[in-house]
Amino acid sequence: MDKIYSHPKSLRNVSTHYCAGCGHSMLHKLVAQVIDELDIREKIIAVAPVGCAVVAYDYWDFDCSESAHGRAMAVATAIKRLRPENIVFTYQGDGDLAAIGTAETLHAANRGENITVIFVNNAIYGMTGGQMAPTTLTGQKTATTINGRDPQSEGYPLKISEILATLKAVKYVERVAVHDAAHIIKTKSAIKEAFLNQINGVGFSLVEVLSPCPTYWGMPPVKAAAWVKDEMTKEFPLGRLK
Amino acid sequence: MEDKNNNKILISGNEAIAQGAIDAGCRFYAGYPITPQNELTAYMSEHMKQAGGVFIQAESEISAISMVYGASGCGFRAMTSSSSPGVSLKQEGISYIAAAQLPAVIVNMMRGGPGLGNIAPAQSDYFQATKGGGHGDFHCLVLAPSNVQEAYDLMSDAFDLADKYRNPVIILGDGMLGQVMEPLEAKSEKRKAKKFKKPWALTGCKGRPANVVKSFYMADGALEKFNLILQKKYRSMRQKEQRCAVSFISDAKLIIVAYGSMARIAEGAVNTLREQGKKVGLIRPVTLWPFPEKIFKQLTLKNKRLKFLAVEMSYGQMVEDVRLSVSGKASVEFLGRAGGGIPTEEEIIKKIKKIC
Repeated sequence: MDKIYSHPKSLRNVSTHYCAGCGHSMLHKLVAQVIDELDIREKIIAVAPVGCAVVAYDYWDFDCSESAHGRAMAVATAIKRLRPENIVFTYQGDGDLAAIGTAETLHAANRGENITVIFVNNAIYGMTGGQMAPTTLTGQKTATTINGRDPQSEGYPLKISEILATLKAVKYVERVAVHDAAHIIKTKSAIKEAFLNQINGVGFSLVEVLSPCPTYWGMPPVKAAAWVKDEMTKEFPLGRLK
Repeated sequence: MEDKNNNKILISGNEAIAQGAIDAGCRFYAGYPITPQNELTAYMSEHMKQAGGVFIQAESEISAISMVYGASGCGFRAMTSSSSPGVSLKQEGISYIAAAQLPAVIVNMMRGGPGLGNIAPAQSDYFQATKGGGHGDFHCLVLAPSNVQEAYDLMSDAFDLADKYRNPVIILGDGMLGQVMEPLEAKSEKRKAKKFKKPWALTGCKGRPANVVKSFYMADGALEKFNLILQKKYRSMRQKEQRCAVSFISDAKLIIVAYGSMARIAEGAVNTLREQGKKVGLIRPVTLWPFPEKIFKQLTLKNKRLKFLAVEMSYGQMVEDVRLSVSGKASVEFLGRAGGGIPTEEEIIKKIKKIC
């Protein structure tokens, strides 16, 4: 009998610390599967963010660097420039990539660094206890917007992917989601395309993934998945931006 | 400008540091413009690529130090440079580099502060450089060159120490050292960069278990255990790496303590006073951390009536380490100016005549 499914080699066989229904564990697996399928595990240098995914290296079985809040793309820039033969990717949340690291994000993209970026957007700060993120939806309640985000005082959700897509040096931007099986499959192919771009020397590629945070949205996992589909995709439409 | 007879070139301190780094095997530089160290960044932009390395003008000081973190993490000798306000921004990254036990060299050509201050030379970042600077319990090794030749020569030491201890090394100069042009004998000092094995570096996990560069220790007791490892390393540096230059100390009744550019002015005062028959000497710390405390202990044991005068381009920072080193066994006087003011030879002599 042919073996058609197995535990990815790039993923360690350990139990998860992520909350039930959180998108990170799914995404860690997708990234590991893609890396296995492209047979690049021994070339990978990953850059982990600050936030819930800081310990991504506890799950992934390849070389990995931590970075300070928001600085992942600066770290990745240096690594890729010095080791062009390696495959370098950052894995960052919305607080990391779109708030404290906005400058690093914008400039690494504008320099057209040949790196792959997985941008996990769950519209909230998870690890610190559910505060407003730059991507928090208008009206969304968080620990720091208890009456809902008010554009008059907090501005509108920041659309990083749309902004980056305007830059000449950026080669590929796609927004996907992990709320159901069909979209998970789409997410996997977007991640694969972003890695293939790097392998082929195409240039800066970013995949934004809309991902649930049931704990800090205050919802059970099934409802959180529905909220990604019904609410998040209204503000952040899925599809290829570049 | 090259003199063919003696191989000397006329070069600024900033440029000497840059060439010294390249000759020491530095192959990554990221920086951001700030006066008075811009010649260093410009020199790297011109010469790093032909040395087979990577130069990046970063979008900020924070980004530049994070690039150095990445470069060092994947096994390369890496450096950044800046001046006081820019080095404040780098403190986040310096703390992470210390915590991840990565080797890196950070150059601070100090200017007047606090805040935006001015672009005149000063030594007001002594506390920041020697007492940690960023968050957490850590130390950088701090080297203070006092002329262009030494600025060049110390760069290979800086990279070797960084690799040996897997720790950030700070070159603490000032705007005067950065801007002054002096003859440099680079070629005689040029030596092959030492190779250090870096099995911890991120190179892709072919044929070995995955490597992780990190500073996060969440499990119960894990961070304390890690901090104790760091502290052991710092004790070892303290024991082994103290350096200073001395002159006229054996019969001295008063010893001036000064580092960097300030030591050169102090040396002038010592020479003038010696001509007048005054028994004055000079200790010039080359390592500011670890501070060369051993020499102070030796001298105060031998001579119970010895006096010290700390002279700084700051308002009393290094003098605290002098006081700690003599442990109450000698009197320590202080003379300092900053913010564009520099203690003159005459001021130093006047102060000494008042003391003795």
